[in-house]
Amino acid sequence: MNGGVLIVGASQAGVQLAASLRDYGHDAAITLVGAESHPPYERPPLSKAFLAGTADIATLPLRTGSFYAEQRITVLAAERVTRLHLSPSGPPGSGTALTDRGRTLMFDRLALTVGARPRRLHVPGVGLDGVCYLRGVDDAAQIRTHLAAARDVVVVGGGFIGLEVAAVARSEGANVTVVEAADRLIARSVAPEISEFYRRAHIRRGTRIRLGAGVAAIEGEHGRVTGVRLVDGELLPAGLVVVGVGVVPRTELAEQLGLRCDGGIVVDEYARTSECAVVAAGDCTAAPDPLTGEGRMRLESVPNAVAQARAAAATLVGRQQPYTDVPWFWSDQYDLKLQIAGVPIGYDQLVVRGDPDGESFSVLYYRGGRLLAINAVNNTRDYLTVRKALASGMSIPAEGAAASDVPLKELLLRPAA
Amino acid sequence: MPKVIFVALDGSRRTIDAAVGDSVMATAVRNGVPGIIGECGGNLSCATCHVYVDEDFAALVGPANDLEDDMLDLGVSDRRSTSRLSCQIKLTEALDGITVEVPEDQP
Repeated sequence: MNGGVLIVGASQAGVQLAASLRDYGHDAAITLVGAESHPPYERPPLSKAFLAGTADIATLPLRTGSFYAEQRITVLAAERVTRLHLSPSGPPGSGTALTDRGRTLMFDRLALTVGARPRRLHVPGVGLDGVCYLRGVDDAAQIRTHLAAARDVVVVGGGFIGLEVAAVARSEGANVTVVEAADRLIARSVAPEISEFYRRAHIRRGTRIRLGAGVAAIEGEHGRVTGVRLVDGELLPAGLVVVGVGVVPRTELAEQLGLRCDGGIVVDEYARTSECAVVAAGDCTAAPDPLTGEGRMRLESVPNAVAQARAAAATLVGRQQPYTDVPWFWSDQYDLKLQIAGVPIGYDQLVVRGDPDGESFSVLYYRGGRLLAINAVNNTRDYLTVRKALASGMSIPAEGAAASDVPLKELLLRPAA
Repeated sequence: MPKVIFVALDGSRRTIDAAVGDSVMATAVRNGVPGIIGECGGNLSCATCHVYVDEDFAALVGPANDLEDDMLDLGVSDRRSTSRLSCQIKLTEALDGITVEVPEDQP
């Protein structure tokens, strides 16, 4: 390759960035390089439909091969960029990349969409066969194989990934135990009311939930896992252990370039890194809250990857197009669809609408009376209304919002001038 | 192999050979049809794959279920009687030649 844009990381953000560059009229070369051997694919189904066997590798690709050909996007698979250099004398943002195949790629502009890796568990026995992490399709395929044979499954980590895996495993008839170190599930992302709902919902479906439980070791025989030893001494039998204890952003390449990193590659609302000619998007970034411009957060989601990648592509073609989309997320566990809009950081008031035991309800988050976010379980109407309110600057007064027989859209208010 | 015809805002048509079992949304996204985004991958969470189904196919495709109906009601900008979320339209041989119009914008 000679010149053009180099996108490091053949991820959801990487593919979107490439596609958006063409949409925005970028005419020069685009190269998308990724370490995985598969063409760029969707990750959300890996902990859901793919694991359950209702989706397979053929249904996962983000784009067809002919799309990349028609759009003149060169995809280099199974090739990892190991070194990056920015040219001190060339145009801003230009430089070279060295890959693990010994190839040198030159670029005029650089985008980092390198994602994150699973946080590792550091206890004895994690190397045993049958202990799995879930990030890529190969991981998911391995879990699926073990799942077919395992009667007892232990999931370490009660976050979204862990609970989605637990739901699939339980649906397939396994005895499932979720072990979580904190005193509640999904503690980093949702209010205690939602955590408690999910604890009860999983227990109702026959899954055991151990909160405040630490893993002391993973035990095995002949190199294969047989159980998980908790700190309190209890042994949970397991033919499969799935570890889902969060992710760590891949910041090594950014650090090589001296880019500012703080819980992710620091970017602004235009997806510019501290070296403003270099952009970054997706799970690897730490960006200001898109709605308020305040703070710095890492949003691990497809919508964030897509919206940020569009902003990054705009920046590369010289357009100013900030990323101000309402952050949103979803999680499917059994027949429970959780939809989240907004980021509830610093909330001081909660309003619960509906009855959690009826498995259709929502929780609205407020700070100083201002609507921040919603978590809706099997309640798409509330979710969409709040998402719309957040996107348009409207509010829904906390007083009255608890009356679940009143549609939220009847409570929408324009902000006071 | 059912064919799907996407009609853009300017009236231009693009025909794509799809696979039985794939959704209209997945067919569009993988082939880079502009205006169909499908951010949630077909989980009825985003409403960014809204289309208008050609009248000739509307009956064959059938109506939206309750959840999709809610998404269409609140999540799309210009709902019409032929509005559907294309992630919920799974292709069969009977739908060969299905024509869908891409709306002006997705949320």
